[in-house]
Amino acid sequence: MVKQIIVFFILLNSVNLWSVNLEAILSSKPEKKLSDYQLFEDLTNQLPSDGVHPYILHSALFSDYADKERFVYVPEGVKAKFKPNEVYEFPVGAVLVKTFSYSETTSMGKKLLETRLLLNQENGWKAHTYVWNEEQTDAFLKVAGYTYENIEFLKNGELMQVSYRVPNQNQCKECHLKNNAIMPIGPKSRNLNFSIQYKDEEENQISFWIENGLVENHMPLDLIVNWTDQSATLNHRARAYLDINCGHCHLSSGSASNTGLYLNYTETNDMNIGIFKKPVAAGRASADLKYSIVPGKPQESILLHRMNSLDPGVMMPESGRALLHSEGVELINDWIENLQ
Amino acid sequence: MKFFLLVFSLIFSAFSIAETWFIKPSSNSQEEIQEALILAEPGDIIQLAEGFYKLKHGLSLDVDDVSIVGAGHEKTILNFKDQISSAQGLLVTSNRVVLKDFAIEDAKGDAVKSKGSDEISFINLRTEWTNGPDSTNGAYGIYPVESKRVLIDGCIAIGASDAGIYVGQSEQIIVRNTLAKFNVAGIEIENSYYADVYDNIATQNTGGILVFDLPNLPKQGGKFVRVFNNRSFDNNTPNFAPEGNIVGEVPSGTGLVVMANSNVEVFENSFSNNSTIHIAVVSGDLESGDENYYPHPKSIQIHNNSYSNVGYSPDVDRGNLSKLLVEIAEGEMPDVIWDGVLPLSQAILGQPQDEKLILKENESIKFLNLDALWYFLFSYFHSPNRDKTDFSGDIKALPAVEEW
Repeated sequence: MVKQIIVFFILLNSVNLWSVNLEAILSSKPEKKLSDYQLFEDLTNQLPSDGVHPYILHSALFSDYADKERFVYVPEGVKAKFKPNEVYEFPVGAVLVKTFSYSETTSMGKKLLETRLLLNQENGWKAHTYVWNEEQTDAFLKVAGYTYENIEFLKNGELMQVSYRVPNQNQCKECHLKNNAIMPIGPKSRNLNFSIQYKDEEENQISFWIENGLVENHMPLDLIVNWTDQSATLNHRARAYLDINCGHCHLSSGSASNTGLYLNYTETNDMNIGIFKKPVAAGRASADLKYSIVPGKPQESILLHRMNSLDPGVMMPESGRALLHSEGVELINDWIENLQ
Repeated sequence: MKFFLLVFSLIFSAFSIAETWFIKPSSNSQEEIQEALILAEPGDIIQLAEGFYKLKHGLSLDVDDVSIVGAGHEKTILNFKDQISSAQGLLVTSNRVVLKDFAIEDAKGDAVKSKGSDEISFINLRTEWTNGPDSTNGAYGIYPVESKRVLIDGCIAIGASDAGIYVGQSEQIIVRNTLAKFNVAGIEIENSYYADVYDNIATQNTGGILVFDLPNLPKQGGKFVRVFNNRSFDNNTPNFAPEGNIVGEVPSGTGLVVMANSNVEVFENSFSNNSTIHIAVVSGDLESGDENYYPHPKSIQIHNNSYSNVGYSPDVDRGNLSKLLVEIAEGEMPDVIWDGVLPLSQAILGQPQDEKLILKENESIKFLNLDALWYFLFSYFHSPNRDKTDFSGDIKALPAVEEW
């Protein structure tokens, strides 16, 4: 009942005060168009409305080399709670927005692909995906997923081609599921504790979040290693990569709990990380190899073999990727080679 | 005002009546089926009309109390030959789900998987890789894992490169009236508790029925499995599993293997024409490094089965078991073997009576205790131990799995 009253007051507060459409955020039925949420002043250019702020994660998941712009919205008067080592506990009405695009395509320059919303409702987070129209003026709800056939884009000047797959609603859950409920993955204190460019100035994200009432006051935690950071140790980089790309499913409370292979950053048991671990239900994906990781022998390690595949019955992650991530494969290859 | 409207609609949506979604094969079936699987409300039925559905992406269901029903496993066919995404044909992650009367063919990974489902029924389904046994086929046909109250009834599983029916890390399981053929393992119950496997046919697999327990998994210590009134015959297909997998070690010509489980009762089955062995009771990985893993089979009871024609062409290419068997058997191949491997304390002091293998069969059946530990230590002095007397005793029937 208390919750209902809170929701009521949030709603009451929101009526015409801000441009963000809180009613849409809390509605049990998702809106048909992204614009209906009024999260952006200028949708096409991804300029957020008042109260909606950009954020950047220090270490991010590979998504077929797409660029990702992220935004957070927290209703006025309520704040996210700090949880050490975990994602902030956001209040009802909070929204996390992630827009995927290729900055340079051969057909049209920048191409917006999809915008994913995580809406925190009274009975938990909801995940919805909106696919952009050809004119790039708005994005439309797609529950069953969508495929962009053969997009050509430039990755650091190199021409690449991808059949980009927008996940369906259940696939969102596969990664975002924790103990049977949808949870955000990225916005942890560890992943945000660095400066980014805001409209007016450059500022540390956590200071900004605290000043603007997005999160309660807390001592920020040490920044997680960015797997691309050449100055970090190979082990830290590899574990950071596995954490953000694999660790949300390969977790004792995640979608791949049954495998016994756990790749979250804090896992310390060698067998759980895959060292000399026999495959359980990998089937042909094990490719006649005997262990997930054989220290010193990347070519004999199932984990690397599955990262290095595009066959849907073999590849890992199971969804969210249609291309090889050659930089990631190289990193894990080097890591396994140097394991003793 | 808008708020009150919202509350109003919420209240009324709770009373909505169950719906049936009718879907026919079309160029848009992929999206239609997946959309129905997402938008369905509890109580809904998704009806797949007769026909051939060509699908490029795996399907998934995460809504409780939904049934997916076809027109029969030879009539409604979901074919994944051109699959480009997802690791399985159909994935179910919700509770009280019934899958009935359709076929899943040529999935790139597993055909149909349920994970973490409570009350999941697979009824009259067919899962098949249509090109026959092949190492490039997907691993499992019907694959409930971390599930509870699992019913597999009247299904057909063909051509899986691991197990046709594979129940892993689950509880309260019934597998019956099912045909498993041309898989590496026909029916496999792994790291699971309380399973009844009966009235099934396992034929032309590499191994007919496997009851396994493996280390280093969240759920282990497989126990209380009854295997009865099944027919396991002609399981002589060469092993086509990739080598690293545990089933890759099963020799072709195997009727049933019990590995590292406790409280297993095998009775009133018929075993025939398995070219290596009808029943093997063996230990699991002795060097797993997993302190919580007990690798030895315990309290296994085998009685009132019928056996004919065994061991006429043992497969010594896969795994060590068959090689050892052939070496020790000295030409007289048995129906039933026990590897005789015990924890050291029991090897010296003897096995507690209630943990012993009990064998209550017709006098004519051939038994062999491989006595593997002693064989390796003193192979020169070892002679085949065919003595059954140590394995007599009364049968203590295990309880039936309660239906729900």
